[in-house]
Amino acid sequence: MTLSPHLEAKFAKLLTSYPPGRQRSAMIPMLMFAQDELGQVTQELVEEVARRIGCTPLQVEEVLTYYSMLHKKPLGKYHVQICTNISCMLTGGAELWEHASGKLRIGHREVAADGFFSLEEVECIGACSWAPAIQVNYDFHHHVTPEKLDRLLAGLRSANAV
Amino acid sequence: MAAPVKLTIDGKAVEAAPGTLVIDAAKLVGINIPSFCYYEGLTLQAACRMCLVEVEKAPKLLAACTLPVAEGMVVRTETPVVAEARKYTLEFLLTNHPLDCPVCDKGGECELQDMVFRYGAGESRYSENKLHVDEKQWSPVVFYDGPRCILCFRCVRICSEGMGVGALGIVNRGAVSEIAPNHGDHLECDECGMCIDICPVGALTSGTYRYKTRPWEMDHVGTICTHCSNGCKTTLGVRNGQIIRGNNRDRSGINGEFLCIKGRYGFDFTDHPERLQSPLMRVNGKLEAASWSVALAAVAKKFSEVRARHGSFGVIGSTHTTNEENYYLQKFARSVLGTNHIDHHRSGDVVTLLDALSGTAGSLSTTADLYERKAVLVVGADLSSQQPFLAFQIRANYRHHQARVYVVTENEVREDGIAAATVRVDKGGELAGVHSLAEKLKTESELVIVFGDSIKGEAVRELVAFGNSLGIPVKYVALVDYSNSRGALDMGLVPELLPGYQPSNQPGMTVGEMLESESLEVLWVVGANPLESAAMKAKDAFVVVQEMFLTETAQRADIVLPAASAYEKTGTVTNVTGEVQRLKTGPSTMGAKPDLEIIGLIARDMGLAAAVGPWIADKVFEEIRATVKGYSVPMAIISAGGAAHTMPVNGRIPVESRPDLIHSSRDNLFTSGTLGRYSKMLGSVMEGRQA
Amino acid sequence: MLYNEPSPHEVKVLTRRFGLADSASIKTYLKTDGYVAFEKALKMKPEEIIEEVKVSNLRGRGGAGFPTGLKWSFVPKTSPKPKYIVVNADESEPGTCKDRLLIENDPHQLIEGMLIAALSVDAHAGYIYIRGEYRYLIDIMDKAIAEAYEHGYLGRNLLGSAFHFDAFTHTGAGAYECGEESALLESLEGKRGVPRIRPPFPAVVGAFQSPTILNNVETFCAAPAILRDGGAAFAALGVPKAGGTKLTCLSGHLNKPGVYELPLGFPVKKMIEEVGGGIRNGKKLKAFVPGGSSCPVLTAAECEGLTMDYDALAKVKSMLGSGGVVVMDEDTCIVKVALRVMRFYAHESCGWCIPCREGTAWLRKLLQRFHDGHGQRSDIVLIGDLAKNMLGRTFCPLGDAAAMPTISFVEKFRDEFEAHLDGRPCPYEPANRLAAHLVAQ
Repeated sequence: MTLSPHLEAKFAKLLTSYPPGRQRSAMIPMLMFAQDELGQVTQELVEEVARRIGCTPLQVEEVLTYYSMLHKKPLGKYHVQICTNISCMLTGGAELWEHASGKLRIGHREVAADGFFSLEEVECIGACSWAPAIQVNYDFHHHVTPEKLDRLLAGLRSANAV
Repeated sequence: MAAPVKLTIDGKAVEAAPGTLVIDAAKLVGINIPSFCYYEGLTLQAACRMCLVEVEKAPKLLAACTLPVAEGMVVRTETPVVAEARKYTLEFLLTNHPLDCPVCDKGGECELQDMVFRYGAGESRYSENKLHVDEKQWSPVVFYDGPRCILCFRCVRICSEGMGVGALGIVNRGAVSEIAPNHGDHLECDECGMCIDICPVGALTSGTYRYKTRPWEMDHVGTICTHCSNGCKTTLGVRNGQIIRGNNRDRSGINGEFLCIKGRYGFDFTDHPERLQSPLMRVNGKLEAASWSVALAAVAKKFSEVRARHGSFGVIGSTHTTNEENYYLQKFARSVLGTNHIDHHRSGDVVTLLDALSGTAGSLSTTADLYERKAVLVVGADLSSQQPFLAFQIRANYRHHQARVYVVTENEVREDGIAAATVRVDKGGELAGVHSLAEKLKTESELVIVFGDSIKGEAVRELVAFGNSLGIPVKYVALVDYSNSRGALDMGLVPELLPGYQPSNQPGMTVGEMLESESLEVLWVVGANPLESAAMKAKDAFVVVQEMFLTETAQRADIVLPAASAYEKTGTVTNVTGEVQRLKTGPSTMGAKPDLEIIGLIARDMGLAAAVGPWIADKVFEEIRATVKGYSVPMAIISAGGAAHTMPVNGRIPVESRPDLIHSSRDNLFTSGTLGRYSKMLGSVMEGRQA
Repeated sequence: MLYNEPSPHEVKVLTRRFGLADSASIKTYLKTDGYVAFEKALKMKPEEIIEEVKVSNLRGRGGAGFPTGLKWSFVPKTSPKPKYIVVNADESEPGTCKDRLLIENDPHQLIEGMLIAALSVDAHAGYIYIRGEYRYLIDIMDKAIAEAYEHGYLGRNLLGSAFHFDAFTHTGAGAYECGEESALLESLEGKRGVPRIRPPFPAVVGAFQSPTILNNVETFCAAPAILRDGGAAFAALGVPKAGGTKLTCLSGHLNKPGVYELPLGFPVKKMIEEVGGGIRNGKKLKAFVPGGSSCPVLTAAECEGLTMDYDALAKVKSMLGSGGVVVMDEDTCIVKVALRVMRFYAHESCGWCIPCREGTAWLRKLLQRFHDGHGQRSDIVLIGDLAKNMLGRTFCPLGDAAAMPTISFVEKFRDEFEAHLDGRPCPYEPANRLAAHLVAQ
């Protein structure tokens, strides 16, 4: 499998970041960084990572299905993650989720037909004091209201409409 | 040895070695602490929480499966609090477990059922929807029903730890976690079925057994597997004279919990549609069914005629028939037919090994030695594929005792993964490879050397000389192919040797020579198929074949006598390490007779029964014990279904060993000579692989 | 970056550089006593460092509150194995968002804390396990690590000594369970985040089968201050048996939610009313969770005279936990909160042990049905009963974390559960309030 030079460099660093014989430690970071570029964890990637760290594809599969941020199916270009855990729920997170789902016409872990947005109701993302909070890909947005969310999504659309 | 730890469990004083787990210590005084995930010999999980016990001074219940004994510890395993905890755990388990016990294969032998019964957790307050996922078939052998799975991870561990395969894993998280196979939607593995047998519930079921019967409808017959030479005990589930399943219910065999695909599922040749159920006689060039009395009379008549004129008999014996049958056959051949042309297919040089070890004691390894000895050297054999139980023993030794394993083979083998050192050699370079390990092996305190058919003749003597040069106790295993390959040698199914490796002092023909002979008048083949890969020169010879199937050899026969399989008779067999065990009769096939009986009836019809004695297995075994060197084994062990180690000789064997005749068939996990050809299960696995 | 205004009630020890220009840079760090404590520690014996930490009364800030000095002292001195420092930056306890700020605003403080811990046990490598969602922190941390190497605070022969130390970041991938220390170690080794059998504890058998100091970000971040100003000074900031400050994350129905560094023993009422600016919209306080969603809930009445420290909260059968204070006003539906909390634990249960895996899933479904108005009176007993029978019987504390708040919700707010009975819609849903009001009349 051919990886981008950037990913190759990351993988190379990861393989030397752990004690000798412990290359398996690089599995999760490898999957995360690769997913960032590929948009999903493909079977090809599973086999590639397994080969590089010296374990079986099944062992990678066991790990990747455990972690909620690793996805075997492709996500949208912008993955909108709305926290509805307790602090966000108390401050309108659940309503925000309903709003987003209605607006984008997709549900939990679904991708819009054009592949631009995907949506996920997520557990606590660590922004409780600035709730309700969402993440779009890795970017945090605090004190989000339905109106703010609309502006954010529209902004992303227009920025990409070239 | 450290002083034992003293503790109290349920008021009983217990002494246990330091490091013993409470769950095991309890067993010493007859207390059974329940568990699902704990399984002796596998890594600890503490996952099922069934073994929670009260420990004095501990603030909460503790898992007995991970709790080492401590001096003065006071443990209570059945208090109301403990029982309550277990009841709740069971109630939790049953929330998503389907209550389809009436149609579940495990019903009646299900650990979950038993546990619910024991703790009275029959009532559920669960009124939500159950999780459901459809059942999946992962291979011809293995089916997985996710909702029934209680996630004890026994299957995952036995596959990775016990088998060294690692074909099963755990995917997803939380309540939707499930077991997954190694290739997405299917398994590529040994198909050993260990995962199925070890499953405490009906989550993993087998393609051969599922939905066939209820367990209580079967008789459970613990007998010895008739495939490879390892001598595993398999428990046949027999209903109405038919084998419905093979498994490990009876763990009393040398193999403990181990069985491979052949031992577990390879029994189905017994009711293959092509199984012979009537004698056949050649009439006008065609084989036609005949009654036993007619067929036997014809054989007796022919044998008597040829015998009367001192004609030439050739006798080829089997690597699957019992010691009694082999002994009786050679006795009949030698003393009644007056021929020494008797042989079988040889697969390992036991003869030279015994000769080279003459004068030493305790140099023959048992299967237990492979688990207990501190180091093992494997030479020229793919054990995991060809001798799966021996491989299992070595892996278990490595896991439990950190045994050092050394490998000298031509190709990669599974044992490489646990090897302290591996030497890859070209064909024929095995001995040189062994010599290259000398310095490492000298640092070991003891060793077992297991060698395949590439080490034969002089090479065996060199190997033993090498072993002697190490200055440590060394034991040996000369690998052979089939369930009684070793017994065939021990019982003298060879022209140059009588039973017990006594020289026959009369040159007789080998298998090859018999087939090459143009003057052979009678060829009598008992449970072998020499014509599968060779032609017979004596065009006019009268051929009598005792067989289960119409093999290439049987097709050439003038008379075919349908034989019972090893699962349909009693008698003893001797495994690769010289351990003798007794067969038990499971099913019966109408029309077929045990070879011992067939031989006896031929003798009777010839009017010579008195010369060979009664054709009763026990009687013949008595004679073997009395007359065959090394076989004076304790009857108590044999009768109780145990394995007795034989010590065939301890002296020189002054015959020419015939290394040129020694060739292993190299059966893998899914082939088994003639038997394998008639096993649909083995066939379907092979087909799946080729597809 | 700071996401809320600081409060005048704060005692800024760990957050002292927050708000400074370029606070994450080594330049700013060195200008503000950065790495001074490390220099000091380099001249100390390992046991002296541990003693100083013991004197500080620093207790683990991840949730369990175990005395840090004692934990460090468990690392075997004579082990021939390498030792490791592992930072738990898997901050995932609902209600908690402080470690994120510590790394974002002052990453060198964390590196210095790791160096001090490393000196105390002769460790030469450290891993910072950062939850996957905090990807931007990995960039910040990696940059700080690179700066530290450049300036000779990481690498070989640090400050001319024989000591060497390497630090690495490691990303998680979304699993609350990896905040449990042994599950974190499994995850660090490229495995499913399932806890290990304990004992042995990480101090003896931790990362890569070697002795390991594993602490929360905030715990490590306290170490520089302790070494710089002395353990006694740190201890004096707090209460007896628990020294220093605690980063407290105020969230929920407050006028001024935010992360504030408060001395241990800070009065709860003052925290809610003055630091947090009181309940928003002039509503009354109904309940609050003092230390993340796994802590038993406390009622408004229980706030009286209560202070924020380990022992005071233990006395009222709750916990300081991770410092995540979630405040609920009078309009909050406790059943809905209980449901949301259980949804979280069911989602995060690793699936290893039966009581947690099945118990959380059962309770989630039951609470959902209950909140939807299909509950029966016997369900109220059942909810508490199931939770009580998970408590103390699971393989790791996640089962307890799910059970404890649930038990407290049922015990303290039974009336709210009863208000959902007989097919009545949730009385706290805005749409239903009028109906509930009419029924009440």
